[in-house]
Amino acid sequence: MPKQTASQTIGPYFAYGLTPEAYGRAGICGNVLAGADTAGGELIRVEGRVLDGGADPVDDALIEIWQANAAGRYNHSADARGEVALDEAFSGIGRCATDAEGRFWFETVKPGAVPGRGNTLQAPHINVVVMARGMLLHAFTRIYFSDENTANANDPVLESVEEARRPTLIAAREDSAKGPVFRFEIRLQGDGETVFFAA
Amino acid sequence: MTMAGGYAPLDRDVHPPFSHADYKSTALRSPRKPLVPLAHTLSEITGPVFGHDAFAPLDDNLTKNAVKNGEPLGERMIVTGRVLDEDGRGIPDTLIEIWQANAAGRYIHVNDQHDAPIDPNFFGAGRCVSNSEGSYRFTTIRPGAYPWPNHANAWRPPHIHFSLFGPSFVTRLVTQMYFPGDPLLEIDPIFQSIPAAAARRRLVAEFSPEVTEPEWALGYAWDIVLRGAGATPREA
Repeated sequence: MPKQTASQTIGPYFAYGLTPEAYGRAGICGNVLAGADTAGGELIRVEGRVLDGGADPVDDALIEIWQANAAGRYNHSADARGEVALDEAFSGIGRCATDAEGRFWFETVKPGAVPGRGNTLQAPHINVVVMARGMLLHAFTRIYFSDENTANANDPVLESVEEARRPTLIAAREDSAKGPVFRFEIRLQGDGETVFFAA
Repeated sequence: MTMAGGYAPLDRDVHPPFSHADYKSTALRSPRKPLVPLAHTLSEITGPVFGHDAFAPLDDNLTKNAVKNGEPLGERMIVTGRVLDEDGRGIPDTLIEIWQANAAGRYIHVNDQHDAPIDPNFFGAGRCVSNSEGSYRFTTIRPGAYPWPNHANAWRPPHIHFSLFGPSFVTRLVTQMYFPGDPLLEIDPIFQSIPAAAARRRLVAEFSPEVTEPEWALGYAWDIVLRGAGATPREA
């Protein structure tokens, strides 16, 4: 049987290939997943920074997100739950390269809750992959939401994380004139290192 | 794919660790706390789907997709192969994106200041989706080696960056394809970060007389293997 192909770093020069809008080319997906014309759900902005072990911004990271729609349905054949509405116009994939200050942002809808293993329900969350120069392997994490205290308290994945580290997975809600903004810092190393999963 | 077993774990003999001292940039960018195990749910076994209609006709031909006033310079080449799972089955309809330096070892990226010429007819990025058998094919220019600041007189071996999604979010893979017979591989900290020699060899494409097109382009064959089906757990 064939063995897995090894990972290598994304390196410093991926942007013109993977997020090429600044080079006048169309990318395969961007960081605006939803807008005023998106059917249903709460429009949100997710903002954050990627920081290294010296608390300096990582200005050449790529953040990718994958999420369910507002009803909690993934736009993928493995999610075949007919009773939960599929929104064909909402792909659920987003991609953003960090800027000179290490910042990234997404405009999307807040995802609905999705089933966990067994009969559990997972709190609303966004799945995240972090890649950067200096990372030989991508890292998986999740964004949960600070206004979902009850759902978060019952989430089996959050429960599997030691309590002191859970806050690294919860984006803080700030209400602005343009709508809710959820702030999520990704600390690759050191104090407050983000929880990464062996997903 | 059912939820019961999810996908096989990342093979730790194959993939580099986060921290690899010889690759200096890992020092402050490598997570140090243990990864938290995550049994797969719908969130992990689903993933983005990109239709064939998302592509322009020249997206898979880097010798044509940025032409301004002539052909790009350098050695024309074809790289082709299959995207497979760990059972050897082809993975159809999966997005493959590539980017690379030009023949002189210069990236078009604004931050690349290597004193080597930009080729006005070469952008260096392409994409395609695998066909129903999992096969892919790109036409491009063989990239050059380039210096990097990791250590004194450090040069990266010529390589093509590959980004793949596979059937789910956890099958995501970003890697680099290298060329056979390259003396720089033995001293490249990024290539050498891969623990097993056999896993390193699998990142090196094979020169292929069958893929080579007479009077036109050298051919290389390179298969990519993504995580396959996981074992069924003992408890639900």
